[in-house]
Amino acid sequence: MIGIDWYLALSAILFTIGIIGVLIRRNAIVIFMCVELMLNAVNLSLISFSAYHGDIAGQILVFFSLSVAAAEAVVGLAIIIAIFRNNLSVDITKVNLLRW
Amino acid sequence: MLEQYMPIIVLLGVALVLAIILMSLSRIVGPFRPNKTKLNPYESGMDPVGQARDRYSIAFYLVAMEFIVFDLEVVFIYPWAVAFMQHGVGTFFAMVVFIVILFIGLIYTLKKGTLDWDMKNIKFEATKN
Amino acid sequence: MHDIIAFLPGVIIAVVGLIALLMEAYKKSADQIYGLTIAGILAALGVAIAALFGDSGTAFTGMIVYGGVASFGAVVILLGSLFSVVVSRDYLMEIDLHRGDVYSMILLSIVGMLALASANDLISFFLGLETMSICLYVIAGLIKDKKTGAEAALKYFLLGAFATGFLLYGIALIYGATGHTNLTEIAAVAEPTLMFMGGSALLLVGIFFKIGAVPFHMWTPDVYQGTPTTLTAFMATAAKSATFVAFVLIMSRMLPESDTDIWTNVIQVVAILTMVVGNLIALAQDNVKRMLAYSSIAHAGYLLVGLAAGTPEGFTGVLYYLFAYTVMNVGAFSVIAYYERNKGLDFTEIESYAGLGFKFPLMGVLLSIFLFSLVGIPPFVGFVGKYYVFAAAINAGLIPLAIIGVLASAASAYYYLRVMVYLFFKDSHKEYSLKPASLLFSSAVVLMAALTLYYGIEPVLPFSGLIELISSYYSL
Repeated sequence: MIGIDWYLALSAILFTIGIIGVLIRRNAIVIFMCVELMLNAVNLSLISFSAYHGDIAGQILVFFSLSVAAAEAVVGLAIIIAIFRNNLSVDITKVNLLRW
Repeated sequence: MLEQYMPIIVLLGVALVLAIILMSLSRIVGPFRPNKTKLNPYESGMDPVGQARDRYSIAFYLVAMEFIVFDLEVVFIYPWAVAFMQHGVGTFFAMVVFIVILFIGLIYTLKKGTLDWDMKNIKFEATKN
Repeated sequence: MHDIIAFLPGVIIAVVGLIALLMEAYKKSADQIYGLTIAGILAALGVAIAALFGDSGTAFTGMIVYGGVASFGAVVILLGSLFSVVVSRDYLMEIDLHRGDVYSMILLSIVGMLALASANDLISFFLGLETMSICLYVIAGLIKDKKTGAEAALKYFLLGAFATGFLLYGIALIYGATGHTNLTEIAAVAEPTLMFMGGSALLLVGIFFKIGAVPFHMWTPDVYQGTPTTLTAFMATAAKSATFVAFVLIMSRMLPESDTDIWTNVIQVVAILTMVVGNLIALAQDNVKRMLAYSSIAHAGYLLVGLAAGTPEGFTGVLYYLFAYTVMNVGAFSVIAYYERNKGLDFTEIESYAGLGFKFPLMGVLLSIFLFSLVGIPPFVGFVGKYYVFAAAINAGLIPLAIIGVLASAASAYYYLRVMVYLFFKDSHKEYSLKPASLLFSSAVVLMAALTLYYGIEPVLPFSGLIELISSYYSL
């Protein structure tokens, strides 16, 4: 039997990979994929906690987080397409009109 | 603790060995007489046209977006379908409300012409810099 | 049925939003949808105001609370939405965004805000927050053909989704540490273990991001500048109020008595940073809309002072301040939208405001009222709100925090009054005329100014006022 620690460790590693990806990549679509990776890493945690506590609430939250991620993906892709039409690039270092 | 996974490792090993044996047997024993038709990617299909990295029409992305949203309604309907016999009428109407809301979304996309494959009704305001 | 009645404002708004979507699909005119939107918000506002004086409890198997703080939050959110939608018509027509789906998107995001402001469970908190945010990403990207709009939307979306990841991880860790998602059930079993504290920290990061507190404020000015002005008012007031009400609910219901210290210490530091940085950068802004964006960061700092107190008095002050902030901020943004509506004349930089006050006195005076109130000068509602928040901090023993807050808001006088100096004491040599304001627009702005003035003097009136109503929710 694999203990809960391993699932949590895997989830934390995936989450960290996602964070690093968001911070160092420059392509908006890749950044967005990294964010999705973060959300799915959390889903893994939630499911393992849910199994550990023998409580269903965590799995319900995973359903909602999945559908939120899907809605976010749709809006995000639409925004990225709009940016691409304006800039002909999805490189976020070229998206810099607004500065303080 | 890891002993439980022994059968899986054995299975993987057997599958790998068997695959290698079968493929090398057919290569060694079988006759090998190549010609142009046989080496086509699809032996009895159409020849591939153009590159795999061509640009797609925006319609593909729009349909993909629609697909993501309506695909996920199943996530909610499956658990409901398993359990609703035990929960009576209330959950039935809750699911009806859920599907009606999605249906309104579907009507909206239909009327906006997002699913028209020839995209006649969508005007993209191409903005040049 | 009990559940639906408990969440009636949200249900009304959701139904109206879906009807608006259908009307847009069947090509009804934008004015019809606009009228329906206002009618729906008014109906929901009426229900919410009635619920202020009703009983309170939980509904949807403990997922949401109704009555009390949640109702007050709903009233503030709906008030902010109502005013920003009413003033939107003239401005949005000018930039070709007076469309049915815009109003429907606003309505759907209000549903999320109402769910957020009544969350009694981390699941409903997450869902409400995301329903609100996803609609706001769309609203931020409405101006597609100008680069700034798409850029604001992209920044908002990427950073917002990033923060959502932290927030969700925080929720997962709190769930892992306690085995519950319901706020009161968490409070019953929570212990300051490493996992619970880590979860709280990540949850706080997510919340700080959504309210635009320093050091998670980077998106705020860009998004506020890139969004259509009246909808900026909507985002800056209704969305922020909803998140703050949820913050108050979480702090007052989820944390066990012994653990509030660890949260309030963090909140104090963030409050100081937010007030100082927000005000300092606002001093340097020449773009009026961007200046208001930084000032809204600073106001988030003042609100955090009340939360840092962590007492019922502090929560009362925060709720009152949300009301004050909503009224005066929507007012200020509306007048700016009235100027910006004249596209040919480019009213974005502060220099272009020279002499406007005397040429068009009504709007000049109204803008001055809102700006005075934002500074926190008596007898305007902004002063009363700041008074309650800082008094709560002092009573909780956070005297340095209150002093920094007062100093920061004194510094803020510079950039607010600078606008008025340009309005009234600089001359412009250009001759031009502004497009006239519609009756609906003017009356909405005058009503907001009247509320700003009335609630500024209400505390000295003999009958019991708003603050007593709010504090009665905590004296049960």
